[in-house]
Amino acid sequence: MHAMAFPGHLPIGRLLLRPWAKPLVFALALLPCVTLLWAVGFDQLGANPAEALIRATGDWTLRMLCLVLAVTPLRVIFAVPTLARFRRMLGLFVYFYACLHLLSYAWFDMGFEMTDVLRDIAKRPFILVGFVGFVLLSVMALTSHNLVIKRVGGKIWKRLHQSVYVVAGLALLHFFWMRAGKNNFAEVIVYAVVLAALLAWRVVHFARKKAL
Amino acid sequence: MQISTRRDGFNHPESSSITPLAIYQSRRDLIRLMATGVAGAALGSLVARQAFAQSVALPGKNVALPGSRTRVAGGVTMDKVTDYKDASSYNNFYEFGTDKADPAKNAHTLKISPWAVEIEGMVKKPARYTLEDLIKLSAQEERIYRLRCVEGWSMVLPWVGYSLSELIKKVEPLGSAKYVEFVTLADPRTMPGVGSRVLDWPYVEALRMDEAMHPLTLLSFGMYGEVLPKQSGAPVRLVVPWKYGFKSGKSLVKIRFTEKQPTTAWNRVAPSEYGFFANVNPDVDHPRWSQATERRIGEDGLFAKKRKTLIFNGYEPQVGQLYAGMDLKKFF
Repeated sequence: MHAMAFPGHLPIGRLLLRPWAKPLVFALALLPCVTLLWAVGFDQLGANPAEALIRATGDWTLRMLCLVLAVTPLRVIFAVPTLARFRRMLGLFVYFYACLHLLSYAWFDMGFEMTDVLRDIAKRPFILVGFVGFVLLSVMALTSHNLVIKRVGGKIWKRLHQSVYVVAGLALLHFFWMRAGKNNFAEVIVYAVVLAALLAWRVVHFARKKAL
Repeated sequence: MQISTRRDGFNHPESSSITPLAIYQSRRDLIRLMATGVAGAALGSLVARQAFAQSVALPGKNVALPGSRTRVAGGVTMDKVTDYKDASSYNNFYEFGTDKADPAKNAHTLKISPWAVEIEGMVKKPARYTLEDLIKLSAQEERIYRLRCVEGWSMVLPWVGYSLSELIKKVEPLGSAKYVEFVTLADPRTMPGVGSRVLDWPYVEALRMDEAMHPLTLLSFGMYGEVLPKQSGAPVRLVVPWKYGFKSGKSLVKIRFTEKQPTTAWNRVAPSEYGFFANVNPDVDHPRWSQATERRIGEDGLFAKKRKTLIFNGYEPQVGQLYAGMDLKKFF
């Protein structure tokens, strides 16, 4: 309806309602994982596949996080309310890639030595920050079902899921710290700018809404 | 008397004390030859052939640079040599980019001829060596060293070169010279990474005089029986096998003898993460990761457990005494 408010605009809102829309988005979000598995199987990850996997899964967690946080601004700016239907799925993909990231680290870097993992988390702030982000994501993933929303009530649920902003900050700090050793912040800055823009839009948008 | 304890680890036999397989297998013939008195001539030709025997197949990528078997203790590790493909495609050489695939992609612009190395500072005979003179300064030897990167991975590389001490003896350091500083090329026209602010350029590394004089410290001109590929620090670089890889400067243009400890590149930007000594030590962690284990590139597969890192990268029997009485946790 809103999409049609712009004459000549692509009725993307309606396309997103088609039955194949969700499977398509699902498949696209899964594509990086499939590509990585392919690369593992055909030895395409270079001289140090463990490092390549740990980094790639981390990158994709950050990218998915940017994507899910872009849903609401895009929905409002382009007046495509149907975009909201994809938010939970994309949120769960953030968690999916975060799981792969943690799994790669625990498996390929730590050899599943749980005492080593725990010691690492306690000893290194950079790992701790990543791990706290993962715990928060786990809480959100576990409470993402409709039944839970009904059970705890919209208000509390919303509060809880606003911790995605904390996760974004932690993920960025984790990435910044990891790159700090090489003073190589080009990519960190790109993610920081994207996340800051998405957050700034929210601040302005909700301030305006309140003022009205 | 040599006292070996378990802490010394396995003492690799000197390569010179290993009987070549061909000789071992034909030992009865040899005895017969000796008996007939012609052994001298026969052995002579065998040794001559053995002298330049390459322990690895030539990759065929660069000009051949043969090296004779070294007699330096610890100079040839028995570990499996890393594939040339991995060794020449997974490099840290920030002048050509920070990604490990960057140097192999970008280093083709490096101009290695003409090349000269300036020797300056506290020496009796400061000099400017052309690459041609430097290569001929001493006999080229093949050394098979473990390389442990501070990032937690390792390789086994067959270098070609000679002990840096050969050059140091020629230039005669003054008694006041306590350190040797290695300055590497920083040419913004041919090195895209030199424009970045990751490090202060040029990349500078340094050793204490006794470390620089140690026979294992190698001035290297080649690897895998050929001159160095550009991404590995052509045409001349340093290799210090018991220290993290970043201590081994690439594409050297200046060697300076100083009284005071020079400020080195990584130590300047992150003194808490990279010490001056940077000896491989499993007990001193990097602030952001453990140094207790390492992944051997090309050998320890994705699902293999990482191997334990050895103190001084396994060269403790050879270099341990350089640091006797030193607190390695403080002087990391």
